[in-house]
Amino acid sequence: MTDATMRVAYADSDAHHVQGAIVHSGPASKRVVTGYGFWIFILSDMVMFSAFFATYAVLLGKTAGGPGGRELFDLRNVAIETGFLLASSFACGLAMIAADARNKFWFQIGMAVTCILGLAFLTIEAREFASLVARGAGPTRSAFLSAFFTLVGCHGMHVSAGILWLLTMMAQVFAKGFRADIQRRLLCFALFWHALDIIWIAVFTVVYLLGSAV
Amino acid sequence: MLGKLNWSAIPIDQPIPMITSAVVALGILGVLAWVVVKGHLPYLWEEWITSVDHKRIGVMYTLLAMVMLLRGFADAIMMRGQQAFAYHSQGYLPPEHFNQIFSAHGTIMIFFVAMPFVIGLMNLVVPLQLGVRDVAFPTLNSVGFWLTATGALLVNISLVVGEFARTGWLPFPPLSELTYSPGVGVDYYLWALQISGIGTLVAGINLVTTVLKLRTRGMSYLRMPMFCWTTLATNLLIVAAFPILTATLALLILDRYFGFHFFTNEAGGNMMMFMNLIWAWGHPEVYILVLPAFGIFSEVVSTFSGKALFGYRSMVLATMAICVISFMVWLHHFFTMGAGPDVNAIFGIASMIIAIPTGVKIYNWLFTMYGGRVRFETPMLWSIGFMVTFIIGGLTGVLLAVPPVDFLLHNSLFLIAHFHNVIIGGVLFGAFAGYTYWFPKAFGFRLHDGLGKAAFWFWLSGFYVAFMPLYVLGFLGMTRRMQHYDVAEWRPWLLIAAGGAVLILIGIGFQIAQLVVSIRRREELRDRTGDPWLGRSLEWATSSPPPVFNFAFLPDVQSEDAYWRQKSLAQSQDLAEKDEPDYADIEMPRNSPTGFVCAFFATVMGFALIWHIWWMVAAGFVGAFATFVAFAWRDHDEYVIPAAEVARIDRANLAERRALLGAAGSAA
Repeated sequence: MTDATMRVAYADSDAHHVQGAIVHSGPASKRVVTGYGFWIFILSDMVMFSAFFATYAVLLGKTAGGPGGRELFDLRNVAIETGFLLASSFACGLAMIAADARNKFWFQIGMAVTCILGLAFLTIEAREFASLVARGAGPTRSAFLSAFFTLVGCHGMHVSAGILWLLTMMAQVFAKGFRADIQRRLLCFALFWHALDIIWIAVFTVVYLLGSAV
Repeated sequence: MLGKLNWSAIPIDQPIPMITSAVVALGILGVLAWVVVKGHLPYLWEEWITSVDHKRIGVMYTLLAMVMLLRGFADAIMMRGQQAFAYHSQGYLPPEHFNQIFSAHGTIMIFFVAMPFVIGLMNLVVPLQLGVRDVAFPTLNSVGFWLTATGALLVNISLVVGEFARTGWLPFPPLSELTYSPGVGVDYYLWALQISGIGTLVAGINLVTTVLKLRTRGMSYLRMPMFCWTTLATNLLIVAAFPILTATLALLILDRYFGFHFFTNEAGGNMMMFMNLIWAWGHPEVYILVLPAFGIFSEVVSTFSGKALFGYRSMVLATMAICVISFMVWLHHFFTMGAGPDVNAIFGIASMIIAIPTGVKIYNWLFTMYGGRVRFETPMLWSIGFMVTFIIGGLTGVLLAVPPVDFLLHNSLFLIAHFHNVIIGGVLFGAFAGYTYWFPKAFGFRLHDGLGKAAFWFWLSGFYVAFMPLYVLGFLGMTRRMQHYDVAEWRPWLLIAAGGAVLILIGIGFQIAQLVVSIRRREELRDRTGDPWLGRSLEWATSSPPPVFNFAFLPDVQSEDAYWRQKSLAQSQDLAEKDEPDYADIEMPRNSPTGFVCAFFATVMGFALIWHIWWMVAAGFVGAFATFVAFAWRDHDEYVIPAAEVARIDRANLAERRALLGAAGSAA
């Protein structure tokens, strides 16, 4: 290397950025930041669920002489439950379209339907839990049932928290309309509600379908 | 009405916790009285407690860490004292008290010293280094801090109401199950960590989003200062690892409160599942702590060597490699589980592989110093002390990663010496380096130099005297957590170790003196330029302390070491006397008591859960939810700083800075 090229190389010590690089354009908008941050939260929530899934997988056969998934799970019931949750996600999607169109009436209808379908899901789940406990297959019966109740119950608690949030958002839109910050919260709520669906698909598959084999 | 809580929960018959808590209570009351009498309460409430300014929150995190360091160190010196005395005797601490002390020491040092210290420094510095005005979620940031403080408060309440866990810093079942730990100690541990864990997760989400989405114009990923990179890696680890901790502790809570069977001996429970889960969080946690320290050393070494960081890109790669591999080594914490030679070999090799990116970093720091003009200021001393000490700790770590060696040394004092070697030599020295380095940025005056150096030398020598004997004791077969012993060969080494603890105590004394003296002499230590160390990154481009909006204009970044480049340009092209720019209004988030109020209800709820006071749990939950709704209902979450005010503040800052640049220019 000659002296001259050396000088050039050192003068622009940041050469790899100058040539053809896209200049970073600065801080992102609030909507992007909020949505992004909420995505990160959802990922962390999924990590928590994955710990519960792992626990369930480890304890699947540990029935301590008690009943296993084959005797306990009523797949028809779970299929109906799943239908309600997926339909509630669809209704939630419609409510968000209404929010984008700034249509309060259809927004509230969509959210109300989401809420009712979510409550139907929770009712079926609560009845399933109650019948298991009544049959002597409560969470204290065996490690397998502890893991079952914890994983499914944790999802159910997320849905319950989601309904509390849903009602708060309905009240907020009713009182304040579609302000920018409320729109951002709706974005997060929708992400949350759909994420619960994704987790439920995994619950349906791992807990109920695979669990029925044991 | 009050669940399990009654007067017998107060340990009136035990002088040590009673006297300690009386002194602490008097101290707190004294400070409160002083604050009220002097009329500082409104200032404290408006400027600090309800503040959503990342700099203020960073300072409060760091302050929490330093106060908790005193508590954790008090536990440490009591343990060293006990083991120095307890040869053929019971010493002065009965077993149940000794067990609480080592449990509290570990819990406090990791969760309420190391964690808030590094999170505090990241909070304070990262938005400044990225050239932006705040973090992504300022109010959540405040919530995160106050929830961390709640956890610390609960742990300290256990000193006087009830008891703390006797199960070690990680509550291994079945010992931590209700059968063997029927008291409230483990419950204090569980709820303190669940609440502060939420705080940590919030901080993690916030900082990940800040680094990825809030960077000033031109600040592409490969122009970010190294500390921003390590912050990114650390907070990715927080987001990926802390939910595992939350899940694991939730399972133990279910076992203890509702009779579930996750980790019990009977009904199919599996206690080794707890080990796997807790270390799947616990090992990444080690890197959550040390990566920010690596970032601090990178900044400090480069600044005080007057050179750009050597091998910046390899440093980035090494950081992200550590970030990923840290999730693949957890099993080395329990090689003795009996997973078999294949599994142990894989995890042993994976553990040794982490030494490679770490070694890359060490060489990069050394080559940064090589050929530089090294200034041995206090932060640089901590950095050099770190390099020497951390290498020793790293090497003993590689030794422990060899499964057959681990079978011999598992749970011995060799292990204790190893992890103190990396945590004190790595994390704590890094935190102290960062504290000294960024203190002038936070408060506008430097810390006293001589006292800082004295503190460093006592800490460094104290560390070696206290912990090198523990390696020997490990080889002599002494296991950890012994309340008393009868082996004559151990005694001299334990006496030396106790002497080391005294040296560290002197070091801490110098640090307190340093803070007091520096505050009293703040006028002569004042940093008028905003750039006391000849810094290279953007935090030094603004005044010390920075205005609430950090930068009047978001800087336009052209290269790595953005501020260094700016200074060079200003000198060579005489840009210092630029025309007055057009100032604009700046919107900033309004302060909010949400964090403090939430933490209040979280404290109520946590305390009620520990003592099974169910109505109070419900009240706490309703209160916390109502706080969130009230926060969501407010109409104005931002306020505007008018352009004239921005101009006034900025002109004053620029005047001093230009004077400095002019002086430096004429000197050159």
